[in-house]
Order: sequence, then C-alpha cells, then structure tokens
Amino acid sequence: MAGQPSPIGQKNKKGQVYTDPWKMMNEAERTPSFFTGSEVIKEAIRRASCDVMIAYPITPQSEAAALIGELFAEGYIGDYFRGESEFAVMSQCAGAAFGGARVFTTTAGPGTMRAMENFPMWAGARLPIQMIVTCRGINSPLSIQPDTLEISYLMQTGMLVWHAETAQDFYDWILKGYMVSEEPDVHLPLALCCDGFFVTHTKDMVDLTPVDMCLPPYDPYRSPVPCMDMECPPVRMMRDPFVMKSNYISYATHASWQQEVWAAVERSRKHAIRWLDGLIDTENTDTDVLVVASGTAVSQSREAIAMLEDEGIQVGLVKVKTLRPWPGEEIREATKHAKHIIVPEFNVAGWLAREVKATIPNNERVHAGPHVCGGMTMPPEIIAAEVKTVLGIKAPSLAGRGG
Amino acid sequence: MPTSYKVLPGPEHFLPPSAASMGIRLPDPGQAHIHGTIVTEEEAMEQAARQFLSAKVPTIFPGPLVLWAWNEKAAHKAKAVRHLYETIKESVTPSQQAMLIPMPDYRPKYPKINPEIEINPNHPNLTIWHNKIDACMFVGVHCHQANLSLKIIRGGTNCYTIAMCAQAGHEDAMLSIRDATADKILRLADWVKKLKGSVPPPA
Repeated sequence: MAGQPSPIGQKNKKGQVYTDPWKMMNEAERTPSFFTGSEVIKEAIRRASCDVMIAYPITPQSEAAALIGELFAEGYIGDYFRGESEFAVMSQCAGAAFGGARVFTTTAGPGTMRAMENFPMWAGARLPIQMIVTCRGINSPLSIQPDTLEISYLMQTGMLVWHAETAQDFYDWILKGYMVSEEPDVHLPLALCCDGFFVTHTKDMVDLTPVDMCLPPYDPYRSPVPCMDMECPPVRMMRDPFVMKSNYISYATHASWQQEVWAAVERSRKHAIRWLDGLIDTENTDTDVLVVASGTAVSQSREAIAMLEDEGIQVGLVKVKTLRPWPGEEIREATKHAKHIIVPEFNVAGWLAREVKATIPNNERVHAGPHVCGGMTMPPEIIAAEVKTVLGIKAPSLAGRGG
Repeated sequence: MPTSYKVLPGPEHFLPPSAASMGIRLPDPGQAHIHGTIVTEEEAMEQAARQFLSAKVPTIFPGPLVLWAWNEKAAHKAKAVRHLYETIKESVTPSQQAMLIPMPDYRPKYPKINPEIEINPNHPNLTIWHNKIDACMFVGVHCHQANLSLKIIRGGTNCYTIAMCAQAGHEDAMLSIRDATADKILRLADWVKKLKGSVPPPA
C-alpha cells in the first residue's frame, strides 16, 4: 500500500517538529551536554517519536527504563508499562509492533537470556523493534557487572546487532537505528548494545540534536508483511503448516523464510553504511599490528595505542560498529597489511576474535585477547602488553599490582 | 562487494541461496536491476516487455495491495495492472496465452491451493508448474511474501520472474523495478505496445 502523506514539518502534541531525519542528525545544530549513558537514552527517545515503551527492571538498564517512564509522564511516549518479566516484555513488544507501533525497550544480561525465544520471533516476524542491551554478566554466580557474552547469542537471532562505544554513539545510533531498521527492505529488530556501567553509568559530553525536533512517526504501511493480519503468518503461528505439517513444501517455505530474514540483514548493510558513515572506523591500518575491537574495548585500545606510540611502537585500530550486518569485506580490506591482529574483549568466549578469524585470510595472524570478564576492567596496559608480546618485546606483568 | 552471481531462471537448487546473501544489491531510486546488475529503469522496462512478448504463458500475479481498494492509489494501480494485462493479451500471438492469476492473500492453504485460480507465496511453484508459466510479474505483493515466492520459483522452476515493487525492489527476481506507481505500470504497457511484432514469439 502507498505510504501515508509525509508528516515532515508538522508538529506533534509536545510541539516538536517532525523533521527530515537526515537533516536532524547531520545538519541541525548540536548542543554539548554532560550526561550519563542512561540519561542519553532518555534524550534520544524524547526525539524518537516512540509509540510504546515496555520496561522491566534489571541492572544496569533499570535507570534508563525508569527515565523513559518520566518521558511518558511528560507526554513524549504513547504508552508505557512494566511487564511481568523480560519474556513478557519482549512478547508485549511484539504485540505492539504487530499492531503498527514504533516500539522501544531495554534489557540486560540474564534478562536478555530469559527473553531470548522472542528475538528470532521478532526477526522472523519482521518487527523493527529497538532494544537497548546494556551488557552484563549472565552466568552463575550472579554478577551485575559488565560482560559482553550475551552479544554472542544475539548475533544468531536474525536481529541487527550494533555495538556502541560511547554515549555519543548511543545517542546517535538510537535515532539512526530506527531509520535503518524501519526501511521496508530491512524491517528487522535492532539490538543496540553497549557495555553496561562503562557507558550507562558514566558521564560524558554528548552533542544533542535540538529538543524541538523529532523523527517522523513510523509508517506501518511500508512494512514488508501485512500489519496485524490474524489470518496469515507471521501473526498467525499455530495451526499453520510451518509448525504442524510435515512435508517438503512446509520445510522449504520455512527455510526460505529464514533466508529472507538474513537477506534483510544483508540489505541493512547499505543503509547502515550511509547512516553510520561505514560499518567500521579505522586508524593507521598500514601498521604491522592492528587492534580490532568493539564497544568499550575500543576506548581502552585507544589508550593502549597512545601509550605504545609514546614508546615508538605504531599500532593501528579497527572499531567494529555493526556486528550484524557483519563488516567482513571492510575488515578484510583493513587488515590486509597487518602481521598481527589483536582482539581484546570483555567476555570469556572471544566471539569477536572468532568472527574475525572466520573472515580474513591467514587467520593465524589473529591473537584472541586479552580477555576480561565478570566485571573486570581492561587496563590499557594489558592490551599494550599483548602487542609487545606478539612483537617479541618483553612486557611487565600486571598480575602483581598492589602486591 | 563484487559478485559473479547472476539471478537467472532455474531450477537452481534444492534450496537456492537468497540473492542478497550472494552479494546482489538492490537498486537505488531511479534505477532497476536485471539479473542482479543495476540498469536504468528504461532498460528494465524494455527487457520486461521483451520477456512478456517472448513467453508462452506471460502472467501477472497481482497481490493484495492492488487487489483491494485500500485507497485511491491502489485503485489506480489496479486499473493500470488490468491495462497491462489487456495490452499483453492483445500483443501476443494466438499460440501464446496471457494470464492474470491473483495472490489474494497469504494464508497457507492445505492440502493445496487450486493452481487454476490462484497463487500462494508458500508454494508458488505449484501454480507455475500447473499453468506452464514461463514469465511472470509480481505486483502489489508485500515484499516479504514476494521474496519468498521469487526465491522458491527460482529454486524449482524455469520461470522468468519480474517484480514491480512499490518499495525498494527485489533482488530475488530476475528483473525488478522499484517505487512502482500506476504511471510506471502504464509505461511498461507502452513498452509492450511499442515492441509488439518486433520480438520473436516462442518456438
């Protein structure tokens, strides 16, 4: 069906002007502001023309969820409520998105894992829900501290998965994320991840777009599937042949359906490149040693690279911004001169190093680590030490600090 | 990413890959694609007209977005589709059989649909096989369902697929035009009329 008449230039009930998103994000005057990551989430959602936000408390996203409750009280969000659990929240998000709403939610760690069944369902149903994931530990014994292991599970769901380094990334990518995920050829949910506490609970200078500008509302008539059609998949799930029948056609249809979801992830590539100015950022990629990182590990790597430069050791940097779509071609190009590729991560599994290894030729160049997890910080010194080790330079151990 | 993959008539594979996963990218506004290569919209219009005129059973599959009068635009588009069908019918030889078979909805229907009267996105190959359709055009079908159909058709049939898409186009079709309007559908009909008699009919 044809889209609705453009609302650009009209005002919403709060007096904000629906603005061309490209102009709003790239040309409008910005105001430097000193905010925590959680406050930045609130300020982005204030400008996102969200219809529905559904919340459930779990550290470290609880503050952001509560702040968005304030936005609802102020009249910036159509509806807001607390679900019974993370599983309920994600199911309720699906219901709202099926009904044609722009939906936002936040979760973290065990909450992400508890709700996991919903994420491939969102992707399969082509629901462009945005979910902030403020990553934290997921395993027993309980930890509320930063750890990015949950991202490795999200990467196989069919969702778009982006990994923000800073509060500024967070602010911009929340708004740009809706523009990418709501494209009719994409129309997939977005998991916008950050490292909990490091981004959510620290204050940083963030350049905000004008508060009297907001994104145009979601247009459900551009959806690639019928909106809330109770007779057809994806809304009608049970009693249908994909689930209940055993024959070649059912299997082939379901297989094609899955392929279409991943095709949509691929299609998001060109939109993400446009909005994020590339899927990766690079610095000095003609050096022998490169650090490839995402999230907070990028910030720590910058510090390590500056320390090494003081010692006359040149190291390049690749910041991976999107994990789905995976920037394989970009990483192959950026790493083609590197003899050693260091991949520091805030998780025990080393999922980013695995992805990089699966992407590039001569992958013995990849050094998976250093790894920290369970809430440990990653001192730049241990990244610098890893670089020195691969270069055959003796590096002091940090293990005895404080002894 | 450069790719050597071409989106061509099948049967391609037991489970063919999506064209997007093989590196085929959708055209930007004002462009179209033929076999995954970006071309001008006019080139695609001409090629689509040639496919209709050289097929034994050129067929249009209109979907719910043009079959139902949701709004004025949908009604105009439906009239344009009907005009295109009539134009093809008038332009082909008596040995060719133009068809207009609707995809009225996406409900899975079992044990199976009646391929004489409809096509379904979950098993479009049944309609293609039954009617021996060798060139078809999707119009007014939601993008997700169109992509399902186009890939299944490429996987299991030798039918040439054309997608007249109101949004960003379809890389799983052999030829796709994007941002479809009633005017664009009428322009395609003009191309069919213009090429009438100049394209050899099927042997």
